[in-house]
Amino acid sequence: MARLKVPVTPHDHIRGPADAPVTLIEYGDYECPYCGAGDEMIRELQKHFPGRLRSVFRHFPLYEVHLNAEAAGQAAEFAAAHGRFWEMHESLYQNQERLGLPLLFELAKDLGLPEAELRRVLDTGEYAPKIRDEARGGVRSGVNGTPTFFIDERRFDGPLTFDGFVAAIEARLDPKPSLWSRWLGRRT
Amino acid sequence: MAKILAAGTVAPGFKLRVTADQWLSLSDLKGRPVILAFYPSDWSPLCADQMVLYNEVLPDFRALGAELLGISVDGVWSHQAFAKDRHLHFPLLSDFHPKGAVARSYGAYREDEGVCERALFVIDGNGVIFWSYLSPIGVTPGADGILEALEALSNQSKQDGQAEGSSHAA
Repeated sequence: MARLKVPVTPHDHIRGPADAPVTLIEYGDYECPYCGAGDEMIRELQKHFPGRLRSVFRHFPLYEVHLNAEAAGQAAEFAAAHGRFWEMHESLYQNQERLGLPLLFELAKDLGLPEAELRRVLDTGEYAPKIRDEARGGVRSGVNGTPTFFIDERRFDGPLTFDGFVAAIEARLDPKPSLWSRWLGRRT
Repeated sequence: MAKILAAGTVAPGFKLRVTADQWLSLSDLKGRPVILAFYPSDWSPLCADQMVLYNEVLPDFRALGAELLGISVDGVWSHQAFAKDRHLHFPLLSDFHPKGAVARSYGAYREDEGVCERALFVIDGNGVIFWSYLSPIGVTPGADGILEALEALSNQSKQDGQAEGSSHAA
Protein backbone atom coordinates (compact mmCIF):
# COMPACT_ATOMS: atom_id res chain seq x y z
CA MET A 1 0.00 0.00 0.00
CA ALA A 2 1.53 3.27 -1.13
CA ARG A 3 2.01 5.84 1.61
CA LEU A 4 2.49 9.58 1.66
CA LYS A 5 6.21 10.21 2.23
CA VAL A 6 5.98 13.99 2.47
CA PRO A 7 3.88 15.00 5.49
CA VAL A 8 1.39 17.85 5.23
CA THR A 9 2.74 21.06 6.77
CA PRO A 10 1.38 24.61 7.10
CA HIS A 11 3.41 25.42 3.96
CA ASP A 12 1.00 23.29 1.93
CA HIS A 13 -2.02 24.77 0.18
CA ILE A 14 -4.80 23.82 2.57
CA ARG A 15 -8.53 24.33 2.08
CA GLY A 16 -10.92 23.86 4.97
CA PRO A 17 -10.38 23.81 8.75
CA ALA A 18 -6.77 23.41 9.84
CA ASP A 19 -7.78 21.10 12.71
CA ALA A 20 -10.01 18.79 10.63
CA PRO A 21 -9.58 15.14 11.62
CA VAL A 22 -9.19 13.92 8.03
CA THR A 23 -6.99 15.32 5.25
CA LEU A 24 -7.51 14.61 1.57
CA ILE A 25 -4.32 15.23 -0.39
CA GLU A 26 -4.45 15.54 -4.14
CA TYR A 27 -1.52 15.39 -6.54
CA GLY A 28 -2.88 17.09 -9.63
CA ASP A 29 -2.22 18.82 -12.91
CA TYR A 30 -4.11 21.89 -14.17
CA GLU A 31 -4.49 20.47 -17.65
CA CYS A 32 -5.83 17.10 -16.53
CA PRO A 33 -9.60 16.89 -17.10
CA TYR A 34 -10.07 14.32 -14.33
CA CYS A 35 -8.41 16.72 -11.87
CA GLY A 36 -10.81 19.44 -12.99
CA ALA A 37 -13.81 17.21 -12.34
CA GLY A 38 -12.21 16.03 -9.09
CA ASP A 39 -11.84 19.54 -7.72
CA GLU A 40 -15.58 20.12 -7.81
CA MET A 41 -16.12 16.81 -6.08
CA ILE A 42 -13.65 17.73 -3.31
CA ARG A 43 -15.64 20.86 -2.55
CA GLU A 44 -18.84 18.79 -2.40
CA LEU A 45 -17.11 16.36 -0.05
CA GLN A 46 -16.10 19.24 2.20
CA LYS A 47 -19.77 20.30 2.34
CA HIS A 48 -20.74 16.71 3.10
CA PHE A 49 -18.26 16.56 6.03
CA PRO A 50 -18.50 20.09 7.46
CA GLY A 51 -15.53 20.90 9.69
CA ARG A 52 -14.16 17.38 9.40
CA LEU A 53 -12.31 17.38 6.08
CA ARG A 54 -9.50 19.57 4.86
CA SER A 55 -8.01 19.28 1.40
CA VAL A 56 -4.46 19.80 0.22
CA PHE A 57 -3.32 20.36 -3.35
CA ARG A 58 0.17 19.49 -4.57
CA HIS A 59 1.52 19.91 -8.08
CA PHE A 60 2.07 16.95 -10.34
CA PRO A 61 2.30 18.32 -13.89
CA LEU A 62 2.71 15.76 -16.67
CA TYR A 63 5.28 17.93 -18.43
CA GLU A 64 5.54 15.81 -21.58
CA VAL A 65 1.86 15.63 -22.44
CA HIS A 66 0.25 18.66 -20.78
CA LEU A 67 2.19 21.58 -22.18
CA ASN A 68 0.27 24.26 -20.26
CA ALA A 69 0.25 22.53 -16.91
CA GLU A 70 3.49 23.88 -15.49
CA ALA A 71 2.82 27.51 -16.41
CA ALA A 72 -0.63 27.18 -14.84
CA GLY A 73 1.00 25.78 -11.71
CA GLN A 74 3.35 28.76 -11.61
CA ALA A 75 0.42 31.14 -11.93
CA ALA A 76 -1.23 29.38 -8.98
CA GLU A 77 1.97 29.74 -6.93
CA PHE A 78 2.17 33.40 -7.92
CA ALA A 79 -1.41 33.84 -6.67
CA ALA A 80 -0.44 31.98 -3.48
CA ALA A 81 2.31 34.53 -2.83
CA HIS A 82 -0.53 37.08 -2.70
CA GLY A 83 -2.72 34.87 -0.51
CA ARG A 84 -5.05 33.98 -3.40
CA PHE A 85 -4.07 30.40 -4.23
CA TRP A 86 -7.46 28.73 -3.99
CA GLU A 87 -9.24 31.41 -6.01
CA MET A 88 -6.72 30.98 -8.81
CA HIS A 89 -6.80 27.19 -8.44
CA GLU A 90 -10.57 26.98 -8.77
CA SER A 91 -10.69 29.47 -11.63
CA LEU A 92 -8.03 27.51 -13.54
CA TYR A 93 -10.14 24.37 -13.31
CA GLN A 94 -13.40 26.16 -14.08
CA ASN A 95 -11.87 27.60 -17.27
CA GLN A 96 -9.78 24.57 -18.13
CA GLU A 97 -10.92 24.39 -21.75
CA ARG A 98 -9.28 27.79 -22.34
CA LEU A 99 -6.02 26.94 -20.50
CA GLY A 100 -3.07 28.87 -21.91
CA LEU A 101 -1.09 32.06 -21.28
CA PRO A 102 -3.94 34.49 -22.11
CA LEU A 103 -6.14 32.79 -19.50
CA LEU A 104 -3.42 33.05 -16.83
CA PHE A 105 -3.18 36.81 -17.34
CA GLU A 106 -6.95 37.18 -17.47
CA LEU A 107 -7.42 35.34 -14.17
CA ALA A 108 -4.61 37.33 -12.53
CA LYS A 109 -6.31 40.53 -13.64
CA ASP A 110 -9.68 39.33 -12.29
CA LEU A 111 -8.00 38.80 -8.91
CA GLY A 112 -6.37 42.23 -9.09
CA LEU A 113 -2.85 40.75 -9.14
CA PRO A 114 0.04 42.61 -10.80
CA GLU A 115 0.47 41.59 -14.44
CA ALA A 116 4.15 42.56 -14.57
CA GLU A 117 4.96 40.28 -11.67
CA LEU A 118 3.16 37.33 -13.29
CA ARG A 119 5.10 37.97 -16.49
CA ARG A 120 8.36 37.97 -14.53
CA VAL A 121 7.42 34.77 -12.66
CA LEU A 122 6.65 32.97 -15.91
CA ASP A 123 9.81 34.27 -17.60
CA THR A 124 12.16 33.34 -14.78
CA GLY A 125 10.43 30.13 -13.74
CA GLU A 126 10.64 31.27 -10.14
CA TYR A 127 8.30 28.54 -8.86
CA ALA A 128 9.43 25.79 -11.24
CA PRO A 129 11.75 24.15 -8.65
CA LYS A 130 8.97 24.13 -6.03
CA ILE A 131 6.60 22.46 -8.49
CA ARG A 132 9.21 19.90 -9.53
CA ASP A 133 10.04 19.12 -5.89
CA GLU A 134 6.38 18.54 -5.08
CA ALA A 135 6.06 16.21 -8.05
CA ARG A 136 9.22 14.33 -7.01
CA GLY A 137 7.79 13.86 -3.53
CA GLY A 138 4.64 12.56 -5.17
CA VAL A 139 6.60 9.99 -7.18
CA ARG A 140 8.24 8.79 -3.96
CA SER A 141 4.83 8.43 -2.36
CA GLY A 142 3.52 6.26 -5.18
CA VAL A 143 1.60 8.75 -7.30
CA ASN A 144 0.39 6.66 -10.25
CA GLY A 145 -1.31 9.19 -12.50
CA THR A 146 -3.32 12.36 -12.16
CA PRO A 147 -5.13 12.88 -10.00
CA THR A 148 -3.74 10.67 -7.23
CA PHE A 149 -5.37 11.07 -3.83
CA PHE A 150 -4.18 10.22 -0.36
CA ILE A 151 -6.57 10.07 2.59
CA ASP A 152 -4.28 11.06 5.44
CA GLU A 153 -1.14 9.04 4.68
CA ARG A 154 -2.65 6.26 2.56
CA ARG A 155 -3.05 6.31 -1.19
CA PHE A 156 -6.69 5.99 -2.12
CA ASP A 157 -7.02 3.25 -4.74
CA GLY A 158 -10.80 3.01 -4.60
CA PRO A 159 -13.17 4.32 -7.23
CA LEU A 160 -12.80 8.07 -7.79
CA THR A 161 -16.50 8.69 -7.17
CA PHE A 162 -18.29 10.76 -4.55
CA ASP A 163 -19.61 7.61 -2.86
CA GLY A 164 -16.20 5.96 -3.00
CA PHE A 165 -14.62 8.90 -1.15
CA VAL A 166 -17.48 9.20 1.34
CA ALA A 167 -17.06 5.55 2.35
CA ALA A 168 -13.29 5.89 2.74
CA ILE A 169 -13.53 9.15 4.71
CA GLU A 170 -16.24 7.75 6.98
CA ALA A 171 -13.98 4.78 7.67
CA ARG A 172 -11.23 7.19 8.74
CA LEU A 173 -13.60 9.20 10.95
CA ASP A 174 -14.90 6.08 12.65
CA PRO A 175 -12.07 3.55 12.66
CA LYS A 176 -14.11 0.77 14.31
CA PRO A 177 -16.15 -0.17 11.26
CA SER A 178 -12.99 0.06 9.22
CA LEU A 179 -11.41 -2.64 11.39
CA TRP A 180 -14.50 -4.77 10.87
CA SER A 181 -14.39 -4.08 7.20
CA ARG A 182 -10.92 -5.57 7.04
CA TRP A 183 -12.24 -8.79 8.54
CA LEU A 184 -15.38 -8.84 6.49
CA GLY A 185 -13.65 -7.83 3.29
CA ARG A 186 -16.04 -4.98 2.66
CA ARG A 187 -17.90 -2.30 4.55
CA THR A 188 -21.62 -2.93 4.71
CA MET B 1 -3.27 -14.33 -10.66
CA ALA B 2 0.06 -15.13 -12.21
CA LYS B 3 3.13 -15.90 -10.19
CA ILE B 4 5.96 -13.71 -11.40
CA LEU B 5 9.65 -14.51 -11.26
CA ALA B 6 11.17 -13.55 -7.92
CA ALA B 7 14.37 -11.76 -6.95
CA GLY B 8 17.46 -13.92 -7.35
CA THR B 9 16.22 -15.63 -10.52
CA VAL B 10 18.24 -15.28 -13.70
CA ALA B 11 16.20 -13.02 -16.00
CA PRO B 12 15.05 -14.97 -19.08
CA GLY B 13 16.73 -13.60 -22.19
CA PHE B 14 14.69 -12.21 -25.06
CA LYS B 15 14.94 -10.48 -28.39
CA LEU B 16 11.93 -8.38 -29.33
CA ARG B 17 10.98 -5.86 -31.98
CA VAL B 18 11.18 -2.19 -31.01
CA THR B 19 10.21 -0.87 -34.44
CA ALA B 20 9.40 -2.55 -37.76
CA ASP B 21 13.09 -3.06 -38.50
CA GLN B 22 14.82 -2.82 -35.12
CA TRP B 23 15.23 -5.49 -32.47
CA LEU B 24 16.45 -5.25 -28.92
CA SER B 25 17.70 -8.06 -26.73
CA LEU B 26 18.19 -8.05 -23.01
CA SER B 27 21.84 -9.00 -23.45
CA ASP B 28 22.40 -5.71 -25.39
CA LEU B 29 21.98 -3.94 -22.07
CA LYS B 30 24.21 -6.15 -19.97
CA GLY B 31 26.36 -4.28 -17.45
CA ARG B 32 23.69 -1.86 -16.28
CA PRO B 33 20.37 -2.16 -14.47
CA VAL B 34 17.29 -2.66 -16.62
CA ILE B 35 13.72 -1.89 -15.64
CA LEU B 36 11.19 -4.12 -17.40
CA ALA B 37 7.68 -2.73 -17.17
CA PHE B 38 5.08 -5.14 -18.51
CA TYR B 39 1.69 -3.48 -19.08
CA PRO B 40 -1.60 -4.70 -20.58
CA SER B 41 -1.96 -2.38 -23.55
CA ASP B 42 -1.14 0.87 -25.28
CA TRP B 43 -3.68 3.70 -25.20
CA SER B 44 -5.01 3.60 -21.68
CA PRO B 45 -6.47 6.97 -20.60
CA LEU B 46 -3.75 9.56 -20.72
CA CYS B 47 -3.67 11.02 -17.21
CA ALA B 48 -3.58 7.62 -15.51
CA ASP B 49 -1.19 5.98 -17.96
CA GLN B 50 1.71 4.10 -16.44
CA MET B 51 4.07 4.73 -19.37
CA VAL B 52 3.30 8.47 -19.32
CA LEU B 53 4.18 8.52 -15.63
CA TYR B 54 7.43 6.57 -16.07
CA ASN B 55 8.36 8.86 -18.95
CA GLU B 56 8.23 11.76 -16.47
CA VAL B 57 10.43 9.88 -14.01
CA LEU B 58 12.89 8.79 -16.73
CA PRO B 59 15.61 11.31 -15.75
CA ASP B 60 15.61 9.88 -12.22
CA PHE B 61 15.84 6.30 -13.53
CA ARG B 62 18.73 7.28 -15.81
CA ALA B 63 20.47 9.13 -12.99
CA LEU B 64 20.60 5.75 -11.26
CA GLY B 65 22.17 4.27 -14.39
CA ALA B 66 19.10 2.28 -15.41
CA GLU B 67 17.43 1.69 -18.77
CA LEU B 68 13.65 1.47 -18.95
CA LEU B 69 11.85 -0.90 -21.33
CA GLY B 70 8.06 -1.05 -21.66
CA ILE B 71 6.64 -4.37 -22.89
CA SER B 72 3.14 -5.23 -24.07
CA VAL B 73 1.60 -7.54 -26.68
CA ASP B 74 0.73 -4.60 -28.95
CA GLY B 75 2.27 -4.52 -32.41
CA VAL B 76 5.11 -2.22 -33.40
CA TRP B 77 2.87 0.23 -35.28
CA SER B 78 0.63 0.68 -32.26
CA HIS B 79 3.72 1.20 -30.10
CA GLN B 80 5.08 3.73 -32.56
CA ALA B 81 1.88 5.78 -32.67
CA PHE B 82 1.43 5.55 -28.90
CA ALA B 83 5.02 6.61 -28.18
CA LYS B 84 4.70 9.55 -30.57
CA ASP B 85 1.36 10.67 -29.13
CA ARG B 86 2.62 10.53 -25.52
CA HIS B 87 6.16 11.82 -26.26
CA LEU B 88 7.78 8.72 -24.78
CA HIS B 89 11.59 8.75 -24.69
CA PHE B 90 12.24 5.06 -24.04
CA PRO B 91 11.69 1.88 -26.08
CA LEU B 92 8.42 -0.04 -26.14
CA LEU B 93 8.96 -3.70 -26.95
CA SER B 94 6.43 -5.74 -28.85
CA ASP B 95 5.77 -9.19 -27.35
CA PHE B 96 3.56 -9.87 -30.34
CA HIS B 97 4.73 -13.09 -31.94
CA PRO B 98 4.56 -15.65 -30.53
CA LYS B 99 2.09 -13.62 -28.54
CA GLY B 100 3.09 -12.99 -24.94
CA ALA B 101 5.98 -15.47 -25.00
CA VAL B 102 8.35 -13.19 -23.10
CA ALA B 103 5.69 -12.12 -20.60
CA ARG B 104 4.90 -15.80 -20.03
CA SER B 105 8.58 -16.57 -19.36
CA TYR B 106 8.49 -13.95 -16.57
CA GLY B 107 5.16 -15.24 -15.23
CA ALA B 108 3.61 -11.95 -16.22
CA TYR B 109 0.96 -13.02 -18.72
CA ARG B 110 -2.78 -12.96 -18.12
CA GLU B 111 -3.80 -16.11 -19.93
CA ASP B 112 -7.54 -15.43 -19.70
CA GLU B 113 -7.28 -11.96 -21.20
CA GLY B 114 -4.32 -12.48 -23.49
CA VAL B 115 -2.42 -9.43 -22.22
CA CYS B 116 0.57 -8.73 -20.00
CA GLU B 117 0.10 -8.18 -16.29
CA ARG B 118 1.20 -4.91 -14.78
CA ALA B 119 4.45 -6.39 -13.55
CA LEU B 120 7.76 -4.69 -12.82
CA PHE B 121 11.26 -6.16 -12.77
CA VAL B 122 14.57 -4.54 -11.93
CA ILE B 123 17.39 -6.63 -13.41
CA ASP B 124 20.96 -6.08 -12.30
CA GLY B 125 23.96 -5.67 -14.58
CA ASN B 126 24.65 -9.42 -14.48
CA GLY B 127 21.19 -10.29 -15.74
CA VAL B 128 19.74 -11.43 -12.40
CA ILE B 129 16.36 -10.21 -11.17
CA PHE B 130 17.00 -7.91 -8.21
CA TRP B 131 13.39 -6.92 -7.50
CA SER B 132 9.98 -7.76 -8.90
CA TYR B 133 6.45 -6.57 -8.28
CA LEU B 134 3.04 -7.65 -9.53
CA SER B 135 0.39 -4.96 -9.29
CA PRO B 136 -3.15 -5.88 -8.23
CA ILE B 137 -5.58 -5.77 -11.16
CA GLY B 138 -7.03 -2.31 -11.64
CA VAL B 139 -4.25 -0.52 -9.75
CA THR B 140 -1.48 1.18 -11.70
CA PRO B 141 1.86 0.90 -9.94
CA GLY B 142 3.72 4.13 -9.29
CA ALA B 143 7.47 4.55 -9.74
CA ASP B 144 8.33 4.52 -6.02
CA GLY B 145 9.13 0.80 -5.81
CA ILE B 146 11.38 0.95 -8.87
CA LEU B 147 13.35 3.91 -7.49
CA GLU B 148 13.79 2.25 -4.10
CA ALA B 149 14.97 -0.97 -5.78
CA LEU B 150 17.46 0.90 -8.00
CA GLU B 151 18.84 2.73 -4.97
CA ALA B 152 19.20 -0.52 -3.01
CA LEU B 153 20.93 -2.10 -6.01
CA SER B 154 23.28 0.86 -6.31
CA ASN B 155 24.12 0.70 -2.58
CA GLN B 156 24.72 -3.04 -2.80
CA SER B 157 27.04 -2.61 -5.78
CA LYS B 158 29.01 0.00 -3.86
CA GLN B 159 29.34 -2.30 -0.83
CA ASP B 160 30.37 -5.22 -3.07
CA GLY B 161 32.94 -2.95 -4.69
CA GLN B 162 34.31 -2.00 -1.27
CA ALA B 163 34.41 -5.62 -0.10
CA GLU B 164 36.22 -6.62 -3.27
CA GLY B 165 38.67 -3.77 -2.79
CA SER B 166 39.45 -4.78 0.82
CA SER B 167 39.87 -8.48 -0.05
CA HIS B 168 42.38 -7.48 -2.72
CA ALA B 169 44.18 -5.40 -0.11
CA ALA B 170 44.28 -8.40 2.25
